[in-house]
Parts: sequence; structure tokens; C-alpha cells
Amino acid sequence: MDLTLSPSEQAFADELRAWLAENHPGEEPAGDEAAWQFRLDWQRRLHELGYAGLSWPKEFGGRGATLIEQAIFGEEMARARAPMAANVLGLVMGGPVVIAHGSEEQKRRYLEPILSGEEIWCQGFSEPESGSDLASLKTRAVKDGDEWVVTGQKVWTTFAHHAKWCMLVARTDADAPKHQGLTYFLMDMDQEAVQVRPLRQITGEAEFNELFIEEARIPDANVVGGVGNGWAVAITTLMHERAGLGAASAASVRIALGQLVELARERGVADDPTVRQRIAALLIESEALRLNAWRGLTQIMKTGIPGPEGSLPKLQWSAVNQGLTELAVAIQGEDGLARDSDWTYRFLRARANSIEGGTTEILKNIIAERVLGLPRLR
Amino acid sequence: MNFDFTDDQQAIKRTAHDLLADRFKPGTVRELAEAERYDDGHFSELAELGWTGIFVDEAYGGQGLGLVEAAILAEELGYTVAPVPFLANAAAGLAIQHSGSDAQRERLLPGIASGEAPGAAGVLRDGVAGLVADAEAAATIVLLPPPGADGDAVVLAPGDCDVEPVAAIDQTRRYARVTPHAGAGEALPGDPMAALDRIATLVAAEIVGTIQRTLEMAVEYARDRQQFGRPIGAYQAVSHRCADMLREVESARSTAYWAAWAAGSEPKTLPLAASMTKALASDAGWSVPAAALQVHGGIGFTWEHDLHFLLKRAKVDGALFGSAAEHRERVAALSGL
Repeated sequence: MDLTLSPSEQAFADELRAWLAENHPGEEPAGDEAAWQFRLDWQRRLHELGYAGLSWPKEFGGRGATLIEQAIFGEEMARARAPMAANVLGLVMGGPVVIAHGSEEQKRRYLEPILSGEEIWCQGFSEPESGSDLASLKTRAVKDGDEWVVTGQKVWTTFAHHAKWCMLVARTDADAPKHQGLTYFLMDMDQEAVQVRPLRQITGEAEFNELFIEEARIPDANVVGGVGNGWAVAITTLMHERAGLGAASAASVRIALGQLVELARERGVADDPTVRQRIAALLIESEALRLNAWRGLTQIMKTGIPGPEGSLPKLQWSAVNQGLTELAVAIQGEDGLARDSDWTYRFLRARANSIEGGTTEILKNIIAERVLGLPRLR
Repeated sequence: MNFDFTDDQQAIKRTAHDLLADRFKPGTVRELAEAERYDDGHFSELAELGWTGIFVDEAYGGQGLGLVEAAILAEELGYTVAPVPFLANAAAGLAIQHSGSDAQRERLLPGIASGEAPGAAGVLRDGVAGLVADAEAAATIVLLPPPGADGDAVVLAPGDCDVEPVAAIDQTRRYARVTPHAGAGEALPGDPMAALDRIATLVAAEIVGTIQRTLEMAVEYARDRQQFGRPIGAYQAVSHRCADMLREVESARSTAYWAAWAAGSEPKTLPLAASMTKALASDAGWSVPAAALQVHGGIGFTWEHDLHFLLKRAKVDGALFGSAAEHRERVAALSGL
């Protein structure tokens, strides 16, 4: 057992930290367009050193980083409060899917523009009536010559208004069992038949969009992984959620907890036993989250299979982030409900944490069925 | 970064698991707990295997291994709720090894390592240590200040204190209240928290083993028990409770291993790690067995079912060497509050 970094891992972390000290772009500018340009520039700089496609194999322009290095990267980026790369969905989901399931031609065509940020990707999975039960989705694709004609509606598509490509899962066989009639497409967003409408959320901002698709055209060459295999391909996409995510999310709540300690001091409640107990409980849970994430990575590296503790970080992160923002608002009393406060924003935004990327209820189903071996509900 | 045991440590874990499964079958545990006694042969066997001195320096008759190895044994002993005075003896040994003088080590550790002059340890509050495991049979009793508090650790001989038996809910062990005589005993010169942190980590590891077992019992029952025509584990009210239990067990485990590792490899982290794992394990030591009981329904509430031996052991462990609230307060103090 060694919970310190090995010499080569330490060298990776040192190199990254030194690079970040030189290259950190500072605070994200205000305004949607300025912020977007800022993230694009940031991605280009990451790409110059191969950090953009960190987990991608070297032959595809990536860095071929180990899981531990990916986790270190996530931790360091969170610690430095570095901005997110513009094309995060392409880097984390789209690229890995093309690498795993794409044809040689698709690899040649799509991978480099993902890395450079030249072409932005979005994800068209969820629908208004298909959230957790993704395989029940209704968007239809019908073959017409060497093209597919797609009609339907997608929701929660981040970056859709910037995107060139949409990772779209649509039903191509209405008669097949629901998991078997799906196909994974790369849809060109640059067509009249695809309308993007921003979706305003409880914070007042619009991070997400709705997609209205009315007879959009997709060439047959843009099917990834074969017709009817969409479910399996989509699942790999979901499994390609960053390996470093657990470690990165632990680092980010750790920073937030440091701010909470500061806030408690400023507000004169640092001696209140209830506040001390609650903050300590959150600190402990965030440490457990970090350790569970690292222990899970060790298991995957040794056996190729995530251990039971690897399924927990997402669930724990959402609970800790909700708990800490709730406490921050409570500590501020009546002032905590002001609309223009950063804590209030984070408090409201945190409500999505237990929904986005798999609801807490679905994650518990997965733990119950796949980790504990309990019988399926259905 | 390698958050896993070495091959040697894996071997210790496997050997301990198999041996204890054989020695402490549920029927044996029940028989000893109901009679409120130990089988002395069990402790002698552990001593012969070197378990009692696993972390004690070789110069004093021990194996010279670390807290990680001791925690592995504690976890496996907890898994079987073994009625054996291992933890108390180990607690005294850790205190003397890490807070004692050379002379105290030389005098007291060989008897602890061999199990021939066993020790016990507890926490002194307002002149009394209210719950000390295996104090009556101990040749040496160490009393420590509560987590993060000032004050010295003292080592007492049986004649230096009053020892009154306490009938605690956990019948798999003997407990006592220890009241030291005024001015009796000698101080351990080292930092008492160096001892308390290691002992708290060891207790957390024992809790991990105990609650792991209750989780397994709950999952097995939820798979088998049928109501309304299907296994109750298919209902989310039950399966989500089991998922929550897994989160608590694995979090307690990850933090306990971290603290045990820090004791030997990164001592500056140990105070925080030990208090974090003891706080987490103490809470999980009640919530996980309580959830397991709920999953079992009525049968889990009966004396006839073995679950209550685990539930009571883990609950009492939660109170030893600092409660969850005391350790959380220490975490707050160590984190800038």
C-alpha cells in the first residue's frame, strides 16, 4: 500500500503544475461569447502539450495517460481552478467512442478536429420522455437511399448552439426489443432541420438546450458501430466518463469546503458546535469520496474491473456538494438568499448534481444490482 | 499510487479470514457470548501465531510489522465478532510502544506481545474511564486523554485502580469501569495522541469487519426472503438501503486503511486521518447494523438471530477511544475551525 505518487506519477504532476503556473489563463471573462472563446483558447493550449486528449492513445494525437495520471490531471486542474476545455464532450465521450467503435475513415475524419477544438460536439441522448430509461427513446431514423431521415426531440444537450456534431442515438427498428432497435449516429448540426432552443434552468442561466429535429439528414457513413448497436455504443460512451472524475470532484469540493470554513469564520459562527460538527462531517465525507475514488482506480488498474468502491464517488460528490452549499446558505441567514450571491448560485446549481450524469436513484439501482447482486426490479 | 495491500498483507488477510471462520463459527460465538466468557485457548492460539505482538518491535518479542497488518487482523476479528481480548491488549501495546519510554517498553511490551501479561486501555474523563474492555484480567492498564485533549497518558498496575465490571450490551467481551487511585501509576512521556490515533484506527478497522458482515447478511437475506411474490431485495426501499450500507462500509474501509497506512508512512497526516476514520466508522457502526436489522424485519429483532451480536459490538466499538462527535470536533479543530 502506498498512497503517495510514484516517481513517474510525481514527475507527471510536477510537470503539469509547472505548466499550469505558466499557462493558467486566469478568470473566465463575463458574457457567453467571450467565455466560449476563452475556453476554446484554453483547449488549444492544452492540446499543444497533448493534455486535451489525455486518455487517448498516442497514435490518435492523445497522450495515452494511465488512469492514475488522468486522476492526477483532474485533481490538479480542479485545484488550480483551471477552466474547462470547450469541447469537453468530444474529448471525454465522442473521441473515445470513435476510437473504440469507429471505422478507419471515421477516425481520420473526426478525431483531430475534436482535439483542436475546431469542431465542437454535443450529445443527443436524453429526450423529454426518456431520462433515466434512456433505451425507451423515441427519436426515429428512417433509411432513405444512402441517407437516414431523423425526426424527434432531444433535451439537456450542452453546447448544442456551438456544436458541429451531435452524438445522436435514434430508433432505427421500431419492432425490435427496446435495447436492440437503436443506432448511434454523428449528426451534422449545421442544417435547417435541427433547431436549438436554450433551456432556462432554476439558476436563471441556460447551460443546456433542447433540440427539435424535423427530418434531418444523416449520411449512412455517419453510423458508428453498426445499425442496431446504438445501445452498446452509447453505454461505452457513458463508461468513458472521465476516469479522473472522482478524484477531480473530490478536489473541487475540498476547495469549496475551504471556502466554507472561511465563510464560517467571517460570519462569526466558527465556534458554534453545530456548525463545526456539520463542516467536519462534510470534510470527512469528501475525504472518503477521494479515497474511494483512488481505491477504485487501483482496482481497475490491477484487475480491469472496477471494485465496489468505484461506483460510489458520483453519489457521494453530489451529496457533499449539496450539503456544503446548503450549509453555506444557512450560515448567512437572511443574507444567504440574495440572488446575486455566488453561494446562492452554487446552492441552486447543486440541485442538478444528483440528477445529471445518472440520478442518485439510478446509481443506487446499479450498486444494488451489479455490485451487491440483488435481484432486478423488473 | 497503489491503494491495495501488498502480497504479504493479502496473505495475512486470507489466513486470518480462514482461521477465524473456523475458530469462531456463529454457534461458538453465541455460546461464549451467552456464557459471558472467553475460551482461553483462543487467545493462546492467537499469541502463538504472533498476532498479539504483530506491531510490537522485534526487540520486545513482537513481529515488527505495522498498523496496516494489525488493522487487517482487527478487521477479520471484527468480521467474526471473535470473543477474544485481542483489541484491548493491542490498544495497550500501541500506547506503550508509541507513547512510552524505553524503560516502559522494555518492561511491559514483552508480556503484551506474548499475551502472557496482557494489557487493556481506555479513555479517562473526569477521573474515570467508564468503559474499558478486558480491564479485569489485564496486568497493565493504560488510560489516555480524550481525542485532541491535553493531559498525559498513564500506565497503571491492577493495584493502582478500582476495576468494577460493567454489563455492557456487547456480551462478546468483558468490560469494566476503571477509577485510578489519586496519584497512582506513572505517566507515559510521549505524545498521548500518537497512541490514541493508532488505537482509534485499529477500532475503526474492527468496526469495518463487523459492519461488512452485517451488510453481507442483509444482502443475502434480501435475495432469499420472498414477500408479495418476489425477493424483497427487488424493492427499491430495500435495495437502496443496501446501497447506502455499501457506501458507509466502503467509506469506513477506505479511511481506515488510509489512517493505518499514514501511521507508518505519513505520520503528519495521522491525527486527521485517525479522527476522520473513527468518526465515520463510529457512525457507520450503528447505522449499518441497524439498517441490516431493518432489512431482516422481525427475525432480525430476535435473540435467536446472530445479527444482534454484531450490532452490539459495533455500537460499543463506536464509543471506545472517542465518539463520532468527539472525533468530528477534532477534525474541525485540525481543519482551521
